[in-house]
Amino acid sequence: MISFKNVYKRYPDGFEALKNVAFTIDAGELVYLTGHSGAGKSTLLKLIAAIERPTSGHITVSEQNVNALKKSTIPFLRRSLGIIFQDQKILYDRSVFANVMLPLQIRGFEKKISAARVRAALDKVGLLAKETANPITLSGGEKQRLCIARAVVHRPSILIADEPTANLDVDYAQSIMEVFRSFQQVGVTVLIATHDVTLLNDTRYRTLTLNQGKLIS
Amino acid sequence: MKMWLSQHWQALGQTLKQLARTPLSSLLSIFVIGIAFSLPLGIYTLIGNLQALSGHVANTPQLSLFLRMDATSSDIEQINARLEKFPNIASFKFVSKEIALQQLQHESGLADVVDSLIKNPLPDAFVIDIQPVSPNELESIQATMKKWSEVEHAQVDTDWARRLDAFIRLGQFAVLMLACLLGFALIIVVFNTIRLQILTKRDEIEVSKLIGATDSFIRRPFLYFGAIQGMAGAASAWLIIALGIQAINESLVELTQLYSIDFFIDHLSLLDSLSLLLFSAWLGWLGARLSVAQHLSLIEPE
Ligand SMILES: Nc1ncnc2c1ncn2[C@@H]1O[C@H](COP(=O)(O)OP(=O)(O)OP(=O)(O)O)[C@@H](O)[C@H]1O
Ligand SMILES: [Mg+2]
Repeated sequence: MISFKNVYKRYPDGFEALKNVAFTIDAGELVYLTGHSGAGKSTLLKLIAAIERPTSGHITVSEQNVNALKKSTIPFLRRSLGIIFQDQKILYDRSVFANVMLPLQIRGFEKKISAARVRAALDKVGLLAKETANPITLSGGEKQRLCIARAVVHRPSILIADEPTANLDVDYAQSIMEVFRSFQQVGVTVLIATHDVTLLNDTRYRTLTLNQGKLIS
Repeated sequence: MKMWLSQHWQALGQTLKQLARTPLSSLLSIFVIGIAFSLPLGIYTLIGNLQALSGHVANTPQLSLFLRMDATSSDIEQINARLEKFPNIASFKFVSKEIALQQLQHESGLADVVDSLIKNPLPDAFVIDIQPVSPNELESIQATMKKWSEVEHAQVDTDWARRLDAFIRLGQFAVLMLACLLGFALIIVVFNTIRLQILTKRDEIEVSKLIGATDSFIRRPFLYFGAIQGMAGAASAWLIIALGIQAINESLVELTQLYSIDFFIDHLSLLDSLSLLLFSAWLGWLGARLSVAQHLSLIEPE
């Protein structure tokens, strides 16, 4: 589903964030990506969504060669993904409902169908009661759950989460992980970047570890 | 297809919401465009009316056919017959040399001089009223009649009509220049409005790009906005002119009653009005398109 071969990423300032990274994630897998701060986790996730482009190497996502994608086809790659951003990217000029609506809006869904889907997604993360609220009024955990709802509302085949449990207490983190597991159980490929050790102690799932831009396991 | 329609519908809805969000500044910029446009539009309307007027009066000057001195009564009959069949003639009358002399005697106060003449020096003549035609047509009628062998001279005064024509042409040129300049100004106004909008919607655009919005999806509401702004500006110019015409016509009522003439200013034709709206919408769209091309690429997600 996702495969990296000899991937290097050097930022314009010359900093080499990823060095010779290679791995494969199969369809329906749930995989953790870990490593110290600055190890290159976010960079790796951005390469998957073509938010950053690799300096060299090959990246394949759902049979698409991401290196070769033209600028005009990148939106369609991103539509097959659900992304939870480390900095959340919530829009505070609109309601919780409207935030979750956005992915459906850009796909041209009809209002009625999308309203039902948005409510289903909000229900799944336990935010239905807050649909009319402005996101600024949400707690940290609620904001994270809003991001999850926005990432899954269009039923992507791949879910990418960058530190989804950052700054959450253990109970919240566990409940959010439950949501991810439930997606994996219905066949979604899930990749979670985290340095939450309690999550990593869960030995059911594979863990990729980055160190100074190199994959060490 | 359904999805395509729904996307356009949504973009239109977003645009209208955007307009409603800042009603005062939206109205202001629409009125600024309207006021600017009402200048060339007003001149254009006036010229159209003047043109109609010049077409209307260009024929009031009569065409006079002076026959040769040796014209016989059968010649006169022949011309009479020809004139009866001639197109574009409203009416004509024959003025014999005797009647002309009498008129000269009575009206000019030259009775003594006329009396002393041994021989009538005046020719027979036809005085012809011609139907509304352009100055050029009038001249070609004159040329045709001049070629008739019995005719010595065909006289028409088209100078004033020519002058009016030249004046109208000048006005048309001025309208064209003004319209070009203000069309350019419209593009700039829309360009700048869209630039500000893009800046205030930076976050939304960035997030939309990140989750897979195509460029055309992001562009669409801005293009609609530009087109609507252009069209609304033109519509307000149209309204300003309509009010102006109303006011002028009201004061014309007195004048026309005084001189018992029938002249009122007409507004733009339906076709002209529609072209105006569509063309301004296109200009607005163009301004938005240029602005979007310039500013949207600056917002790259990171
Ligand atoms: N746009 C950029 N330009 C230059 N350097 C960058 C850029 N983005 C990231 N880096 C650098 O690349 C390295 C990896 O960054 P990245 O964000 O991938 O780390 P991370 O593993 O996600 O860290 P964290 O756990 O703190 O989020 C960092 O040292 C960072 O300074
Ligand atoms: Mg990171």
